[in-house]
Order: sequence, then C-alpha cells, then structure tokens
Amino acid sequence: MSPRARRILRFLTRRVAQAAVLLVCIATLDFLLLHAAPGDAADAIAGEAGTADPGYIANLRRQLGLDQPLPIQLGRYLWRLVQGDFGYSFRYGQTVASLILDRMPATLLLMGAAILFAVGTGIVLGTLSARFANSWLDRAVMLLALFFYATPLFWFGLMSIVLFGVHLGWLPTGGIYDVARRATGLAFIVDVARHLVLPAVTQSCFFLAIYTRLVRTSMLEAYGADYVRFARAKGIGEVRIALRHVLRNSLTPLVTMVGLNLGALFGGAVLTETVFSWPGIGRLMYDAVFQRDVNLLLSILVLSSVMVILANLVVDMLYAALTPAVELR
Amino acid sequence: MVRGMGSARLSRRAALGGVAAASAIGRIPWTQASQRGGTLVMTIIPEPPSMVSAFNTAAPLTVVSPKLLEGLVTYDAQLSPQPKLATGWTIAPDGLSINFTLRQGVHWHDGRDFTSADVSFTLLNLIRKLHPRGRSTFAALTDVETPDAHTAVLRFSRPSPAVMSALSGSESPILPKHIYEIGDPLTNPANNAPIGTGPFRFVEWKRGNFIALERNPAYWDTGKPNLDRLVVKTYNDATARSAAFETGELQLASTTPVPLADIERFRKNPAFVVTDKGDEMNNSMDLMGFNFRRGPLGKVEVRQALRQAINFDAMVRTVWYGMAMKIASPVPPVVPQFHNAALTAPPFSLAQANQALDKAGYPRGADNIRFRLTLDVPTISDVYQREAEFLRQTFRQVGVETEIRISDVPSYLRRVFGEYDFDLCIMPGSATNDPTVGLQRYYWSKAANKGVPLVNAWGYADAEMDQVLEGAAVEVDAAKRKALFQRFQEIAMRDLPILPLGMPLNITIASAKLHDFMTSGEGIRDPLADAWLQA
Repeated sequence: MSPRARRILRFLTRRVAQAAVLLVCIATLDFLLLHAAPGDAADAIAGEAGTADPGYIANLRRQLGLDQPLPIQLGRYLWRLVQGDFGYSFRYGQTVASLILDRMPATLLLMGAAILFAVGTGIVLGTLSARFANSWLDRAVMLLALFFYATPLFWFGLMSIVLFGVHLGWLPTGGIYDVARRATGLAFIVDVARHLVLPAVTQSCFFLAIYTRLVRTSMLEAYGADYVRFARAKGIGEVRIALRHVLRNSLTPLVTMVGLNLGALFGGAVLTETVFSWPGIGRLMYDAVFQRDVNLLLSILVLSSVMVILANLVVDMLYAALTPAVELR
Repeated sequence: MVRGMGSARLSRRAALGGVAAASAIGRIPWTQASQRGGTLVMTIIPEPPSMVSAFNTAAPLTVVSPKLLEGLVTYDAQLSPQPKLATGWTIAPDGLSINFTLRQGVHWHDGRDFTSADVSFTLLNLIRKLHPRGRSTFAALTDVETPDAHTAVLRFSRPSPAVMSALSGSESPILPKHIYEIGDPLTNPANNAPIGTGPFRFVEWKRGNFIALERNPAYWDTGKPNLDRLVVKTYNDATARSAAFETGELQLASTTPVPLADIERFRKNPAFVVTDKGDEMNNSMDLMGFNFRRGPLGKVEVRQALRQAINFDAMVRTVWYGMAMKIASPVPPVVPQFHNAALTAPPFSLAQANQALDKAGYPRGADNIRFRLTLDVPTISDVYQREAEFLRQTFRQVGVETEIRISDVPSYLRRVFGEYDFDLCIMPGSATNDPTVGLQRYYWSKAANKGVPLVNAWGYADAEMDQVLEGAAVEVDAAKRKALFQRFQEIAMRDLPILPLGMPLNITIASAKLHDFMTSGEGIRDPLADAWLQA
C-alpha cells in the first residue's frame, strides 16, 4: 500500500469512528427532544381514530413500548439502531426501514437534480458575471440572483405550477410520474424527467443564487492575483484563463458551501415535496412529528445525519482533488 | 363516523369559505344510462396511514377501506340500513339477538367463498377486541352463532341498538377469517393490501404517491363496478389539488379539497360539480367544551350567558364564509331520526348576557374585566383559529378576556384531556348516525376518564343525563329511543357542558364527467360501485 493510500485509509477510519459517536449523540438528542413535546403516539393515534376506549389506548401504549420508563425506551431504541433495526411503525403497519426505503429514492433524485442544477447554473452564471463584471450582463445576472434569493420557495413553486402546469400546460403540476397512464422504458424516464423539472428548479433557486454570487466574488478576487497577470503575460487566452486558472481556484469555497447546504437542502425538501406532491421522505418526516411516531422520525433523522456526514466526507476528499495543497490527514 | 382528530380536517378547514350553502348538485344529469370502463383518479386528504378501517378509524382510512371491504349493511341518505353483505335481518323483540341472512355467491378477492364464519370471526375476534370504537359498541356481544354458512345470529348480554348503526363497510368491515386467523391481526400484511369482497381489488400502494385499485370482475353485484380502475393519488397541498383538478388529472375529492378562494371558480366552471351532500353520516360539528372546575365556568348561568353573547349569524358569515350551518343542539338536522327540532337558540343579546353575568356574581372590575379565560385550540386548521379569534372578540364585549392557546394535536389532547389544564377548548364532534356512539362519550359522567382523548373532560355529571343516555343505549323500541334522545338534547342544551358552535359544510368537487358517485348516506365513503365516467 502506498503511503498516500494508507493516509487516506487512516483518514477514513478516523472519520467513520467520529461519525459513529456523532450519530449516537444525534439519536439521543433527537429522542429526548421529541419526548419533551407533550403528548405521545398513543394520544395521536387515539385522537385520529376518534376512540373513547381506555382499553384501546392502554393496548396502544403497551404495543408502542410507551408504558416503559424513558431510559429503557432510549436504551432499547439505541440497541436496535446498533443492530441496524429501525423498528416498526404501528401507525403505518409497516417496518420503518421499508417505509423509508420506499420514499428515499424520490428524495435523492430531487436533491441530486437540485444540487446539480444549482451548482451547474451557479458556476455558469457566476463565471459570466465575473468575466464581464459591471456590464449589463453582470447586472442582469445579479438581479436574477437577488430575485431567486429573496423569493420564498413555496411561492415560487406554486407560481411555476400555475404558469407552466395550468396555463401553458407544458409540464405536469405534480407527482413523480403519470399515475393514470403509466409509461414504461424510455417513455417512463422522459415522464419522470418532465415531472422533475419544476420541483428541482424550485428547490435549487435559493442555492443557485448563493452559488452564483459566491463564484462571481471569488473569481473577481482571483482575477486580481499575480498568477493571472502572469498567465496573461504568457499570452494565454482569456477563456482558458477564466476556466483553468481563475475558476478552478474559486471552486474551493463553492464546494465548502455545497457541503454546508446539504442539510438545509434536505430540510427544504419538505416544502417542495408538499407543493409538488413529490412522494419523498420530507412529508413522511413532517407527519411523523405530528404523529409523535418516534421510531419513524428518529430513523429518518439518523439516516439524514448519515447522509450529511457522508456528503461532508466527500466534500473533504474533493478539496484534496481540487487543490493539491490540501492533504487528507 | 365519530370524528377523529387527524389532519384530515387541515385542508378541509383551510379550504372552507367563499361559497353559498346552495350547491350545484342539480347539475348532475340523473337520467343518463351508466357507461362501463375508465380510470377514476381521486384523492383522500391526507393519505391514509393504512387500508383496513377495523383497527384504526382515522378519517382518510375510512374512505379508502370501503372500496375493498364491505360491511353487513350500508345506509341511505335517511341513514336507515340497506342490504350489503347481509340481504336481510330480524331484530328479536327483546333486542338480545339479531339474525342476519347473508348474501350468497360472494367471494373474497383471493377466490375463497364468503361465509358466516367470516362474520363471526370478524365481529368476535377483531371488531369486539381491537376496533377503536367497536370495543364499546359491541361490548355486549357475547356470541355470533352460525347455524349455516349464510346465517349469522348475533347474541347480546343486553340490548345494543347502536349496533345496527355501526355495520357499514367503513365502520365495521367484514374481514376474511382465513387471512386473519394466523398471527397478530394488527401487523397482518393484508392491513396494507386488503383482501375483501368489495367492488375493487388491491393492486399496489406507492406510499406518498398513489394507491391503485382495479375492478373486481367477480363482484357479487353482477356488472358492477362500472370503472376499470380507481387510483387514489396523494396531494398534500390544497393549491396543488386545485391545479390537478384544472388540468384534468384529478376527478374527485371530498373534505373541501381546494383553497376557499378557488371554490367559487369551480362552481362557475361547467366542467365540475361542487356539492355539500354526502355528509349525513359524517356530520362533523365544531364544539366548545367548558371546564366546570375553573371558577365561573362551573355556573350554568355563566355558560348560558356566554352562549347568548355569540352572534351565530355573524360567526357563520365571518368564520366559515357562509359555508356552515347554525345548530341549536348536538344532534344536527341531518340526523332526522334523532334531531330535536323544537330546540332553538336564544336570541343574540349582549345586554342580556351582560346582565346575566352581573347577576351570576361577576361584576366588571376596575379594568372593565369580569374574569379571564384560556381557550385551547388544536392546529387542525386555521378555521379553528378564526373561531377562537371571533370568540375572543365576542367575549371581550361582555367583559371576559380570553387568551387563545394554540398547540399541535398531541399537545392539545394531553393538556385538555390528559391534564384538564384548560378553561375553554374547541374540538370536533359528531353525532354519527347514532348518538350513543357519537355523543355519549361527551355527556355521560361515566365516560370521564383522564387521559382518554375526546370524552367528557368537563367535570360534568348529571343524574338525569346519565339515566337518559344509559336508557337510550339499551332501548329497543324506536319511538321510545327517539324520545330519550330528544330529552338528551334538551338536557345537553340546558346544562351546556358543550356549546355546539356550528356545522361546517363538507364540500366535494368532482369532474362533471363523473356520475352516481355519492349514492348513499355514506358520501365519499361509498364503495363507488355505481360511479361511472362519461367517455
């Protein structure tokens, strides 16, 4: 094993161990927070079912393990988690793992598309803006970014539904594919892509605005650096300078920002998924809070923590790839 | 159906308003002959948590379940029982047994025959033991005899007239014995993929997305259902539902599915039918409970004075935008067999209310305030919050200062019903088609049970009230039972542990191409066997 590979391995091992400790802390904190809210899952289910039968509620509490003292409930939950068992949701009559797995792909698809769109468009707009700083193009881009930054997500979503879905009829108004006429093969992929456009763009607006401004600012800074003047002196073309010398050096702050935004992006998914009837995890999480469905909510929170931790790991490794000066330790 | 406290009401309540009570039901062309085929896309708000309404009776669940699972009977718009899985029944004069003749030639979706053994197993082992309300309704059921495959005789230890009102497919679905006799019924996979006798069969459920059902070709009502497929799609946002209706993606939704500002537009659009019918069994009311333990509220004069201070006409206009019915008793007029039409609301009068409060011994203080109250409101909908604000303004005029406390449903239930830490609270309630099932819980002194949601939490106990309710619960004679419930309403409004605020209309929107979709008193809970789409 080369020293570099060994160093990376050591880095990964340490980070995974840190992540495990962090996860237990997150799970415990989430558990305690949720139990600090008045009322439990039995209250929620009994209220929803409209029962007036004390026996039914006592049965529910026993089944849900709510008749046990809090430390035992926490201990049981953590022990199950360590074994990779997320438990059973009595409200849904299904294992939590299958509930989450059913909904996770839709959320990952939406988030992935939103990040790609935000980063891609942010880089293009930011580069154009920096390259032609203070021109009318720069001003237009900055105005657009300000608009995206300031617009509430749900309003943007609803307006795009009304415009593109109802009035123009170009795109579907919601859902992940056409339920009444289910396509197969390539037609299905096209159908999903058409359904993805509005929610992904809506979800990415805010971040797109940040990335555009970020890329513009750090590129402008890089344009003033000595190595750019040197490159110009060598006679390298403006496009090549912009892309290879300026942009590449401006990507580090962008990568940092994307890594930080992943958690927020996941949180914003609740709104986007609600407005666009997108069958993802956000709405499941939202309902779990109001149903006091501890198993389900904690599992979603723990899984999203895993995702954020993993994403940050990837970000750290990207630094090293982007800037050789950064070493993984 | 007893109203649960799910978020079902969220969108419905968010969506009320802007429309006059009159509906466009007259637009339905009744005379057309039905057509076969087509896919109906409907939505249920919110998405049901599971699909069998025997173990959880959350409102959305009771809408999807009857499409696949049937009860012994259904109910017409007058709420009298009509044949379904049972073709006939005889109630013994002493009320201690009911003899059901079951329909022949009925098959479960997996091909097995439906027999009296299924009825016996379902009622004794599932409904009586595990159903949220069935545990009370069927408490006196001692046995179900099955002399032959198509006869089921229910035996009771005391007369239980409410049972005849609790046999619909949504309330007491009959489940297949061969599927449920193995393992824990509560975790049976069939709870999310039902095997029933109903007009539609289960195909698949993509949670958060849609439930797909298909026509049951072996349905006992030959030729029915008319539709080939029934898709229940999930929309969590009222505006999204509006858009889906307008693009033609969505064809049917109840519980006031779109924002109130949109309803007028739908009513004017000939492509849609907008109606408030089909709410006879559901009859959900908005109620306000008084905590007798809290100072002034223990005095009936104070409670009556607060009632008289409310201008209900103005309340219907401003809180519900005209889309609600005023009610003067907890059994609304849509339940004609028990409603007491003689009861009327006292005329609205701030002067008399003020006088009554003075006389009750609560004069205005130096700050012009007689006393202060809290008003607890669950975050089921913004309509509840509007009601609370209206009441605060109203009570201020008679020198009563009200602090509104808004909390999410489990917190609200815990505070009001778990800790009795409230003065006034707003909650949903329903007489259902039988006040023993729907209302006894709120008025009977023995129903009081700290920690059980939506029961008598007022500290209310009246000997005659108890006697009337207990009598009605076992009275076999229909006329005598009606008289008892008439008296019940008189006492309820005399003692006023609960003030009925109003009965909001439940708006259903459907594509004008959809016909015969709410043919019974069960409304949107109807199995939709008769529904058909115009090509």
